[in-house]
Amino acid sequence: MRWRAGETDSRTDTTFLLFSGCVYGNECDVVASKCEHSSVLLKGLQSSMMSEGSSFMKGMILGGIFCLVMAFFETFNSGTHSEGREHLHHHLKPVSKDELQKLSESQMSDWTLQVRVYCLIMVTPKLLVHWATANDTWSKHCDKSVFYTSESSKALEAIDLQEQDEWARLRKAIKHAYENAGDLRWFFVARPTTYAIIENLKYLVLDKDPSQPFYIGHTEKSGELDYVEYDSGIVLSYEAMRRLIEIFKDEDRCPERGHALWKTPEEKQLATCLKYTGVFAENGEDAQGKGLFNKKSVSSLISDSMGQNPADVVEACCSDMAITFGGMSPSQIQVLMYGVYRLRPYGHDFHDSLTFLPPNDSDND
Amino acid sequence: MTFDCQSLSVSKLNSNILIAENRRAALEFSQKVRVLCWVMTQPKHLKSRTQHVRATWGKRCNIVLYMSSEASDFPTVGLNVSEGRSQLYWKTIRAFQHIHTHHLDHADWFLKADDDTFVVLENLRYGLSKHNAEEPLYFGRRFTPFVAQGYMSGGAGYVLSKEALRRFVKGFADGLCTHNTETEDVGLGKCMETMKVQLGDSRDVLGRQTFHPYPPDYYLPRQTPRLRPWYLLYEHYQPVEGPGCCSDLAISFHYIDAVQMHTLEYYSYHLRPYGYKYRFKLTTLLSKKLMTLALETQCKTRKALVNPDFGCHSFTEERTSVCLIVMRLRIDGKRSFPNLRVMNDYY
Repeated sequence: MRWRAGETDSRTDTTFLLFSGCVYGNECDVVASKCEHSSVLLKGLQSSMMSEGSSFMKGMILGGIFCLVMAFFETFNSGTHSEGREHLHHHLKPVSKDELQKLSESQMSDWTLQVRVYCLIMVTPKLLVHWATANDTWSKHCDKSVFYTSESSKALEAIDLQEQDEWARLRKAIKHAYENAGDLRWFFVARPTTYAIIENLKYLVLDKDPSQPFYIGHTEKSGELDYVEYDSGIVLSYEAMRRLIEIFKDEDRCPERGHALWKTPEEKQLATCLKYTGVFAENGEDAQGKGLFNKKSVSSLISDSMGQNPADVVEACCSDMAITFGGMSPSQIQVLMYGVYRLRPYGHDFHDSLTFLPPNDSDND
Repeated sequence: MTFDCQSLSVSKLNSNILIAENRRAALEFSQKVRVLCWVMTQPKHLKSRTQHVRATWGKRCNIVLYMSSEASDFPTVGLNVSEGRSQLYWKTIRAFQHIHTHHLDHADWFLKADDDTFVVLENLRYGLSKHNAEEPLYFGRRFTPFVAQGYMSGGAGYVLSKEALRRFVKGFADGLCTHNTETEDVGLGKCMETMKVQLGDSRDVLGRQTFHPYPPDYYLPRQTPRLRPWYLLYEHYQPVEGPGCCSDLAISFHYIDAVQMHTLEYYSYHLRPYGYKYRFKLTTLLSKKLMTLALETQCKTRKALVNPDFGCHSFTEERTSVCLIVMRLRIDGKRSFPNLRVMNDYY
């Protein structure tokens, strides 16, 4: 365990240190220490008071508690360290309309070729119905979509990674995707319970260079760690993937199987590993600042908006260019598919700078 | 819009004409195809249902009237009836009489909807644009039983032409139609039959329905082939389950609660896939060859080939002639254009 006093945010850490270090000693000498060292330190502080064995025992017990508490906070803070500098771009927006209009034809076609997406969809046998729905709906709009499963199952057509642990499975899928990317430079990771509008994902990353590291989605904070929420989909550029593959080799910083007593969710493990390579989570939002990645369903968001903004429900709710929604049933997803790609009022046309054609052999878009 | 035949090019045609077409048409539509909407509601629904109609599609009608048993500041029109299922046909009769008295010349078409119906007005106008409001016509979701020629589902909403409205009111005035049922849609259908009003076909050119008596999740999810479920038993036309059920340019859905009302508003008017070229559109399906032929004919003859028998009535000459040429080719053109697939056009 590496921990530097004074560099941790958690007030409780400091309190415990002070408590442990100051109760028995005359000086509250705070130094960098490993867990064992802290017990020794405490014992040392008490050496002057070792007249009775009970003091020694108290010291040991206190040191032991201290050690456990440190380990506890260690896993929550995910080993943040002084190398992390403040990242400047936490919010990521699509290219503006003005910028798009300035582009030449050739630049536009370059960008169209560059912005192609490999979808990694992580399934398990119990999600069979959602697998079928994703397979029949939004995944058809990825330039390449691959389903990865924990174990094989009848009717489930997916690459069997033969791995029950979620984090280990995600690592394997990422490796497989990177090796089979061909000339695709953007990667989208989601579970089949998420619905994605790939065209809007492309629009978001259109002017971003995939040879730069990008890690985008709906960001949340856990202590000092900014991570992208899994439920609303994770976007990674080619460079971010490359760096991930590299750090996967580092068993200390980015272990395949965690050493903690409890499991850290894979979304946070991913964020931690990426942070070691200098890649930070960015929140995808539209020009007005509305989040593009949602883990809630459309009806849930509309319902929330009806409570909070009754005068302007739809305007306040969700972006026109939303990318993901979560927690929707298969029939709701099929209705959403119709709502996105088909249902529209006659006469409302848009002069978009890019063109995305409907996929072949599909009848629901 | 004038046509310069010298500097014609097909690529320009696709983008310029059809987009300008749609924009102008959409604007023209609201002036040329005037729709008066009346929403069947009641005092206790104003807050839970009707306000959401008002917040979403109500404002897109040329005129919208909320018909209730009581007048109010909502604003609602008070009809001289009481509330309750048994009174629905009386409400309908009184509502149309009120409209006939006060608004006959303010609109061309008269839509009846419920306070839990969601309507896409632009698509309604588009569908109606091909028809003449002075003819006795009525459109909606066609049901078979109870009336010999069939009738239109009340919940999905139905539209009467101006002439149809005149005949309905006259029917009651002359005693040819009476209040003989509680079921308003059946009652109205019977009167339409008596007054010789024709039932229109509101399906799109691919045979997909536009008016829907139930929410979209009843129709869209894929099903294994099965016997008609109960909610499709009254259908006049062979129902299709799965994506082929419903037109892209759908007009209505019913049994829509408040959350779904705003959800459908979001889907129709807001949420969209950037840059996506919709699958069903004239430009993608009409080959360049045909477009060129259409234009050449237009330019050579200097006039549109308007033939009512071909069923291509539209606003503008250019579009009519393209449509007519397509139709003619469809019938006798297989020799000239052997690679021609079925022409799915929206015009």
